[in-house]
Amino acid sequence: MIGLTHYLTLAAIIFTIGVFGIFLNRKNVIIILMSIELMLLAVNINLVAFSAYLGDLVGQIFALLVLTVAAGEAAIGLAILVVYFRNRGGIAVEDVSQMKG
Amino acid sequence: MTLTSLAFYLFATVAVASSFMVISSRNPVYSVLFLILTFFNSAGLFVLLGAEFLALILVVVYVGAVAVLFLFVVMMLDIDFAELSEGFLQYMPIGATVGLILLLELLLVFGASSSLVDTNPLPQATPEGMTNAEALGRVLYTDYVYFFQAAGAILLVAMIGAIVLTLVPSNNPKKQNISNQTARTRDEASENVDIEPGQGI
Repeated sequence: MIGLTHYLTLAAIIFTIGVFGIFLNRKNVIIILMSIELMLLAVNINLVAFSAYLGDLVGQIFALLVLTVAAGEAAIGLAILVVYFRNRGGIAVEDVSQMKG
Repeated sequence: MTLTSLAFYLFATVAVASSFMVISSRNPVYSVLFLILTFFNSAGLFVLLGAEFLALILVVVYVGAVAVLFLFVVMMLDIDFAELSEGFLQYMPIGATVGLILLLELLLVFGASSSLVDTNPLPQATPEGMTNAEALGRVLYTDYVYFFQAAGAILLVAMIGAIVLTLVPSNNPKKQNISNQTARTRDEASENVDIEPGQGI
């Protein structure tokens, strides 16, 4: 039968793919943001699986809050990306250190 | 193999495969589409876990808002993606090493902790005789109402931040300037012109 271990393993694999994606696409900020979304999704799977395992709804509440933060992070990240593209005409990550004030 | 196991393995396989395609796809538009596929399959897994409300929120918020936002930005910015994926293979060894170590450690934690190795069918978190949304609301609006308010504040700050960051002040704003209007005098507002008879202006 499908138990807690199956879900934890699946979340671990998706989280690792997210970390791997950040290393693999170091020049492409859009893919890096998507990798962060994947990692947050893995965290959500863990929270919901433990919520079912413990018979406690609080895990799902926290998954909801993680979802909120992920949505805000994506909006702000993409807004920064658009402004950066407007100023520099590209999204190469190497030059991002020039943003410091 | 029961239908539940079959559904789990189907959803899990497609989710892992499509999340791998997210990071390995050359074209970011395909990456976004595979991200949407991953979210859909995760929503299926949430339904299997008895979290129907979260599953639908995942579809509405992630697929309907976040993924479409990504799609907009990818298509709006004129970026040479072939140039960006140049160093793809260069970072492969270190990325694979770090990823493999992380995955092994995570799986080792599950193996070492006997309480986490549990293949019994998972119980439902929702109490009997109540829908998942109702049970979630009863907890969210009572014990966790401050967290709920904080989530709303985070969304508000994110919205204002995104608007402030991307707003470009217009060169010719059609705005009412009240001080200019009240500072007008008769002399600069109108002019008397003597017109000779038989001639126009």
